[in-house]
Formats: sequence, structure tokens, C-alpha cells
Amino acid sequence: MAVSQTSFTDAIFDPTAPRPDGLSDGQGQAAGRRFDVYRNNVIASLTEALQAAFPVIEKLVGEANFKVLAGDFVRAHPPSSPLMMFYGAELPIFLKSYGPVSSIQYLPDVARLETAIRESYHEGDAVPADPAVFGSLSPEALMASRLTLVPSARLVRSAWPIHAIWRFNREDGAPKPEMTPQDVLIVRPNLDPQPLLLPAGGGTFVARLLARDTLRDALDAAAQEFGDFDLTQTLTLLISNAAILDIGDTT
Amino acid sequence: MLDAQNHRHTDLPNAPGVGYKAKHFSDLLEAPGDVAWLEVHAENYMGAGGRPIAQLAHLAELFPISVHGVGLSIGAEGRLDPEHLARLKKLCAWVKPASFSEHLAWSTHDTSFLNDLLPLPYTEATLTRVADHIDEVQEVVGRRMLLENPSSYLAFDESTLSETEFLEALAKRTGCGLLLDVNNVFISATNLNMDAKSYIDSFPLQHVGEMHLGGHDEDEDDHGAPLLIDSHGAEVANPVWELYGYTIAKAGPRPTLIEWDTDVPDWPVLRAEAAQAARYLQPAHV
Repeated sequence: MAVSQTSFTDAIFDPTAPRPDGLSDGQGQAAGRRFDVYRNNVIASLTEALQAAFPVIEKLVGEANFKVLAGDFVRAHPPSSPLMMFYGAELPIFLKSYGPVSSIQYLPDVARLETAIRESYHEGDAVPADPAVFGSLSPEALMASRLTLVPSARLVRSAWPIHAIWRFNREDGAPKPEMTPQDVLIVRPNLDPQPLLLPAGGGTFVARLLARDTLRDALDAAAQEFGDFDLTQTLTLLISNAAILDIGDTT
Repeated sequence: MLDAQNHRHTDLPNAPGVGYKAKHFSDLLEAPGDVAWLEVHAENYMGAGGRPIAQLAHLAELFPISVHGVGLSIGAEGRLDPEHLARLKKLCAWVKPASFSEHLAWSTHDTSFLNDLLPLPYTEATLTRVADHIDEVQEVVGRRMLLENPSSYLAFDESTLSETEFLEALAKRTGCGLLLDVNNVFISATNLNMDAKSYIDSFPLQHVGEMHLGGHDEDEDDHGAPLLIDSHGAEVANPVWELYGYTIAKAGPRPTLIEWDTDVPDWPVLRAEAAQAARYLQPAHV
């Protein structure tokens, strides 16, 4: 009898399903656990793709738990594309309602940070604006500008200390996280994405820039949230990390 | 021995290559040894930019590149993904690879991608379908491709053709070349209790544009029969080297890749495997 790819696929994703009929060892005996090689390969290779993308989540929940979690995720969200560099984009949302870890409330935001870092890594290349431009503008022109960030920039805002948690699990000797909200800007000054902790008000400021507000409106919004918002400090952070693509029309 | 020059299906040299891994970037440039070309998995270079693209662009200036797809699902019951075909076309257009290859396998069903090379029954119906898909790939990408023989863990009762008959028919119908994975031959022959040399004897060697060598793991089936798993995670096994020697004695030297994809070793280990292949490729050996 013919084995359809539908029945093959269904049996791969459901380990309790019977193996398809019509498969053998080549000498008349049913394939048996030979079929399980494919079951194992599929789950293991997709789990590896998730491990590569979410090393901090794996560290936070532990390797054995991560493998179980990844297997459940793979069955709930099989990839829809052969590009493994994008696989797992739904993991942050999955973690929110995944019973065994749903009480770790910061986990989805840390996963969002890891997703954003990976996106940044593969984003398109761009030549940033020449820093000299900023010195040549009048204060009025600068305030009227609408800055565009480079494609590899990503903003991740959180009610949790995601930057500190990320560092603590990536860098030897990084300080222990303290419970405070953190907004992170991922920049790629060379080819390696760097997650930068934004100063108070910086998350709102960058979010407004990404929404194409003028620099003045972005500054007002940031200052409303945090009275001592330091525009120079945040702009310097953006410029020195090659995060600004274009200053737009300043007239 | 066949005259390889009359049957070129690639522009790769008849020399060893290795599967490129980012961790080897500096070592490879510093001390390539016998490594004369590089193979990359197409899907890893389909992002918009960043380090992977920059590295490949640099390497393509220095080495002939083989673009090896692992996600096209040429054996799928459904149609080929036009978006993925377009990505392959774009990649080949800028890399200008010396060779482009894919697998006799399927990996996508409906909207799900399974990230593994899944097997096909060898029937007239699948032959027609796969040939149509190869025609489409060659048309869109604008070049001839090589198709790789799979590693088999099981057989389909419905098959009416042997694997070598199936591959030969595909090559004849579509004009594609073949990528002969000698490790896969050894794995399939062991797992399905066939004679590996008989498989090579019946293989249409005149269509072979490239060979693969890699490591495998050993397991067993429900009845205690050996079950070899294609892991690409170890040195090439001695009987695979022996089968490789047998094959190039018949076919003549061909571009030969060392594949090592899991538990990737330090560069000197991989380079030593390439040096071993180089010894087989020397005229004195052939």
C-alpha cells in the first residue's frame, strides 16, 4: 500500500500514533523503530534550532526542561519555513501560557530579547548617518528632524530586568539582577548585535523615534516620563553605536 | 575509468572540500591545507545581511563555493515553494557557485517544514513528480543541479524501482547531475542488507559531479540488526573510505566533500579528513 506524506508527517509529530503501514526493513519485516529515526531527527533538529536561538532561556529553565519544552513547542508550532534562522518567533507567546514555566513571569520578555538579537544578527546591512551631520545642524533643525534607525536596531521594552538577566546568564562576573523594569536597544555597530540598557526615559524616546515622531516630540514624551531625561546621553549612545541611518528632512 | 572531463556537471575542482562552519573562518583562511573548495547550506545564507552574508561574500572571493540546499523538499507531494525557489535563485545569482545541489527527499508537508530529509518510494508516479520538480528548479534557478542520494533507514513496500534506477532515470529525464554520498550508500546498504559495492556498480557514475563523505552513528533495529544513522558527527569510517576508493577507481577523481555538521571538531581534525581524501584523489591511487 502507498504511504502518504500526510500519514508520515502525522506519525512523526505524534509519538503515540501507530507507525505507517507499508514500511519495512527491506526484507519483509515491519520497519518498527526504524521509523523512529525520523521522529527523533525531526524533534532533535528543531530542538537544536531553538537551543541555538534561546541560550538564555535554556539556561534559565535548565537543559533537560528546555528539551521537554522545545518538544512541546515543536509539536504546537512546527516551522512554516525552511529558514531555521527565523524559527521560534512564537516562543515568547508560547511561554506565557506554558504551564510548567508560566509562573516565571519574566521568561517571555527574555525570549523576546533573544528573538530580537537573532533578528538583528541577520538584518540587512546599512551605512549609518555621518556623525558630523549632527554638529552641523542648528538646534531648531535638529529638534525638527525625524531620525530613522538602521534596520538592525531593535527595541525591547520590559517590566522586568531583562538586560541584567541576559547579562547574568551570558557574562562571567555580571552583577546579579535587581528587580527593576528595563528597556533594551539592540545595536549592531559591527556585525555582532549588542544589547544596550537604555537610561530612564530612553525606551519611550526610542519608541517615539521608531514611530517617526520628530526629535522634539520624542524628547517631550521621554521628559514627561522621566523629568531628568538626558537627551545628549541617549543621542550619543545611538550615534556612537552606528544606530542612526538618516536624520530625514530638517526643514 | 570514465573520462570525468567529458561529463562535468560542476565547476568544482577534483579535490577535497569541506562543509563550511563559521567557527573555522580564521583557521581556514590561515591554513587551508588540501581544502580547495567549500560547501555551504543554502538556507543559512538567506537572511538580509549581517555576518553570515559578509563571511560568504569574502569566502566566495577565495574559494569555489558549492551551494547545497537542505530545505527545498524536491520530493514533496505538494508543489515547490515559489518563495523558496526565488531565494535560491537570488543566492545563486550573487554567490555564482561552482555547483548547486539538493536532495532526493522531502521535508515540507502542507505548511509544515520538518527539518529532516524524509524518504520517498521509488515508483513511476514519484519519478514523474520529482522529475517535474527538478525541471522547475533548473528553470527558475537557471542552471543545472546535482541531486544527492539519501541515507535509508527503511524501505517502501510500494517501490517498484531500485534507487539507482530511479536516480539514473531522473538524470536522463531532466539533465541534472548526481551527487553521490558514499557514506549514505554505506548506511543504506548496511541498513537494508544490500551490497554497497553492487550499489556503486549499478550507479550511473557518468552523471556524478560531486561526492560526499561523512561520519555515522551505530544503532540497531527491533531485531538486533545494525541500524546506521547519518549523523555527520564523526570521522569518516574505515569501510566508507574503502568504498570511496572503490568508487573513484571506477569513476575517476571527483570533487569530494567532507561533511561534519554536529559536534564539529577543531579545524586540524577536519583538515586531516580532507588530506585523507586528497590521498585517494591523487592519480597514483586512482
